[in-house]
Amino acid sequence: MSKVFIYPSTSLILSDMVERFGHEPLGVAIAIRERIQTPGLDSPPLQMTPEDPKKGLKYAAVEVPSGVRGRMALFGPLIEEAEAAIIINDSDLAFGCMGCSRTNELVKFSVRQRKEIPVLDLNYPSDEEEGLAFVQSIKEFLDSLTKKSGDRKEV
Amino acid sequence: MNGEQPVRVAQLSCGPEHSGVQKEIYEAAAMVNAEMFFPDVALADIKKAYLDFGLEAKSADLKLAIARAKALVDGSVEADAVFIATCFRCSEAAIVRNELRRYILNNSSLPVVSYSFTERTKAGTLLTRMEALTTIAKRRALLAREKQVGLTLGVDSGSSTTKAVVMKNDEIIGTGWTPTTGVIDSAETVITSALEEAGIKLSEIEAIGTTGYGRYLIGDKFKADLIQEELTVNSKGAVYLAGQQHGEATVIDIGGMDNKAISVQDGIPGTFTMGGICAGASGRFLEMTAKRLGIEITELGPLAMEGFSKNVPMNSYCIVFGTQSLVNALAEGHSKADVAAAACRSVAEQVFEQQLQEVDIKEPVIMVGGTSLIEGLVREMGRLLQTEIVVPPYSQFIGSVGSALLSSGFIGDK
Repeated sequence: MSKVFIYPSTSLILSDMVERFGHEPLGVAIAIRERIQTPGLDSPPLQMTPEDPKKGLKYAAVEVPSGVRGRMALFGPLIEEAEAAIIINDSDLAFGCMGCSRTNELVKFSVRQRKEIPVLDLNYPSDEEEGLAFVQSIKEFLDSLTKKSGDRKEV
Repeated sequence: MNGEQPVRVAQLSCGPEHSGVQKEIYEAAAMVNAEMFFPDVALADIKKAYLDFGLEAKSADLKLAIARAKALVDGSVEADAVFIATCFRCSEAAIVRNELRRYILNNSSLPVVSYSFTERTKAGTLLTRMEALTTIAKRRALLAREKQVGLTLGVDSGSSTTKAVVMKNDEIIGTGWTPTTGVIDSAETVITSALEEAGIKLSEIEAIGTTGYGRYLIGDKFKADLIQEELTVNSKGAVYLAGQQHGEATVIDIGGMDNKAISVQDGIPGTFTMGGICAGASGRFLEMTAKRLGIEITELGPLAMEGFSKNVPMNSYCIVFGTQSLVNALAEGHSKADVAAAACRSVAEQVFEQQLQEVDIKEPVIMVGGTSLIEGLVREMGRLLQTEIVVPPYSQFIGSVGSALLSSGFIGDK
């Protein structure tokens, strides 16, 4: 079993897929609601304090907006902990959504900087055919992780 | 305020929760009997809303803010006022924030205030803005007052100076002014002066209004009928004294601690900005300049009018470095007049760059507050805005006059 960082980190669908294929998803599971009544689309599930953006200074300089640093305080440790990652680019809001585009750039960059871990970088499908290929790619990626971790176990 | 329905303030924002400041926004709202809420929009409508709006924001929370703004303008969600807040230093958010503010103001009658926060933003910082927002939303009848009636007293407890004005039947009959030391002591001093000049006793006063930083303390002490933040009071006082109660105007008040730029429509503030990144953009820098030049602050204005600001490079983005360039200029042999003029230009530039960008400048531009008496500063601001600035009589007493004017609305209630 591998720890798989998922992007968008709020994607319940992605989180569920990772779990079904026997791995541990690293994300912040928030149901994307049909009607949005919270301050943001990815309102944090826990009470954040002004201390969090300060913790985020580990990942982004003080000149970076506080909202980015606060988010990085959540996602940064998950990226560090990850043994693999799945990035879905340009996904639909309903699939899973992160509120801040600047954070998204930094999150994806931070994942890609971890060259020693396998990363699946996919675009969100636009039709059914692409959708099937999309699911297949994720399945194959997760399967390959199982094999690798299995190999490690044998060693 | 107790017993009144809370003012429902719609929040359009990006980043306050992750910055840890959402709690501060709630706290500031609660202090002025306002209730924050998030306009309910359907996920499916967000894409359509921001495509309709035409601004290609990348951040999903900014798209959500656009959809919420459209819901408010369309009337599918009802609110009394709008608070737009995004992260400081985010250029994408700054563009969206400004365009949403403009969009709501041009297409609805909702008062709007916008603010860019950091994780250091506290409820106290937001309080004056939130208070102004709720006042505009709930007390339009009070702000519609155009004439002062009866015998009223207005006290403005500012960070640098405390002012008082006694008004009788639409005329100023007594004034008092002193540098602020103890809040209550300074207020007592100026009230005594104003009453003496007016030739009346405090017991004869029919209504009292207080404003400025010390407004609550003084308001409690003198049992004021109206305790009101300076944004609405000053804009009311400014258009009243300038004879511009109808139509558009812009009020600029460069204070000792912070600056206000207020876009006014029929005497009621529309948008406003408040604050200053550094004391270098405030009256405090001019006080320091006067001290360094060995003159009284009252002499700085006339001296600056004799000088040429372009002869001296000066940038008071930071008061420490601004003072440094002031000292350097004098050491290089520049005249005091040129240095005084450069200091005025620098403060005007800082206010222009940091604050006036967020307010739609509408003529006439009215400068008020103590710094409006510094002619050199008024001239430099006029040059920057390319307009003739109006400085009304009693401009340094603007908060007191506004308070005295508005408090007369309470006479009938007694």
